[in-house]
Amino acid sequence: MGHSGRMTGVRLLVGTRKGAFILTSDGARKDWTVDGPHFAGWEIYHVNGSPAEPDRLYASQSSGWFGQIMQRSDDGGKNWQAVGNDFAYQGEVGEHLWYDGTPRPWEFKRIWHLEPSPTDVDTVWAGGEDAALYKSTDGGQKWEELTGLRQHPTGPKWQPGAGGMCLHTILLHPSDPDRMYVAISAAGAFRTDDGGATWQPINAGLRSDGIPDEDAEVGHCVHRLALHPSRPDTLFMQKHWDVMRTDDAGGRWREVSGNLPTDFGFPIAVHAHQPETIYVVPITSDSLHYVMDGKLRVYRSRSGGEEWEPLTAGLPQSHCYVNVLRDAMAVDTLDECGVYFGTSGGQVYASADSGDNWTAIVRDLPPVLSVEVQVLP
Amino acid sequence: MIRVVLPVHLRTLARTGKEIRVEVAGAVTQRGVLDAVERDYPMLAGTVRDRRTGQRRPLVRFFACEEDLSNESPDALLPDRVAKGEEPFMIVGAMAGG
Repeated sequence: MGHSGRMTGVRLLVGTRKGAFILTSDGARKDWTVDGPHFAGWEIYHVNGSPAEPDRLYASQSSGWFGQIMQRSDDGGKNWQAVGNDFAYQGEVGEHLWYDGTPRPWEFKRIWHLEPSPTDVDTVWAGGEDAALYKSTDGGQKWEELTGLRQHPTGPKWQPGAGGMCLHTILLHPSDPDRMYVAISAAGAFRTDDGGATWQPINAGLRSDGIPDEDAEVGHCVHRLALHPSRPDTLFMQKHWDVMRTDDAGGRWREVSGNLPTDFGFPIAVHAHQPETIYVVPITSDSLHYVMDGKLRVYRSRSGGEEWEPLTAGLPQSHCYVNVLRDAMAVDTLDECGVYFGTSGGQVYASADSGDNWTAIVRDLPPVLSVEVQVLP
Repeated sequence: MIRVVLPVHLRTLARTGKEIRVEVAGAVTQRGVLDAVERDYPMLAGTVRDRRTGQRRPLVRFFACEEDLSNESPDALLPDRVAKGEEPFMIVGAMAGG
């Protein structure tokens, strides 16, 4: 049994191109049980658990053939039931820019990200493609669009990134329920201070040379945002190129790429107990979506950016050409912070010591789209 | 009863076997059959037809009696042998992708 007085479990929720997998371990995080695939053959963009009740899970299941399904479990992923999948755009649908610059009506494709409420088990937000934010307050049966975001006056200027025009990041303020942040590829980051009724772009300081006006109000391909709950005004961003931070809730961003070998990438994460310790996985370039020089290296900064160190122990350092997608990195809240990520090659790596040492929990899953971690009582 | 064959992924979702049977009130049309399928298996709503427009999803096909009925009017009568329950109405995932 436990080597400390307290038994603690860790559960990883892994979404892949061909199903969901649930990986469990005790607090030592050495020996893992692999369960799955759930929803075999379907794309699972995201699985996430309720902080209020960890056995409540939500999974976004989709397929190019059969569209969007939403699944819910009330027993930690043993049993699932299909819940509501009616993701309607409410009010005037409107148009955004297509890849070729012509206007195109919003068209729902899938849910990329699920963000359960920290306090209410039945409340969950969902980020969609084409970009829209939805909320359910009945455990996923009914979904209501928060139209103030999609109908922002800049909406007609939003344009999809290569992965589609997706709302992929939802950050809830840890103490102010009226404040949230979202990010959309390739529109940028947005903040609400009134519970989602109205939104403002928070992209000042971003510079993107792939758009005609490099410091435009919207149009930036933000790949991921992260924050530490003790400092909710500080956000970290992995943009298409550039790692950025803001210390005034998005009022102004500054670049903190520093000595990274490349500052292109997808995920960014913050250490659970050290708000200035952050992680990225640099990718060669926008045209070469795999790690540089055949080496899989997580980079860690202990100074909130600028100074970065490669973390390589246990990670392949030759002939490795994987990518790590934006939702495929997570940190746990155990005393010694665990860090996890999944790759396009189907490996899920875990570190039980803040990134110093890594081991592969599994090596041959389908391409990994998302990784979340839960600490179980 | 109308016999309906589901593609593998929708069988899993509906927790059923390859073939289901549905009662269709009135004329046996594509729309009538799909309304009955969604009535009896609500988790399939939106997977075969777009929820807003009611149109067949692009990568779904409808076959019956060795004919491709995908582009027939949703209100056209289905073949007599389908209406009599002698042949199934087949919902098929198009051959595409991997």
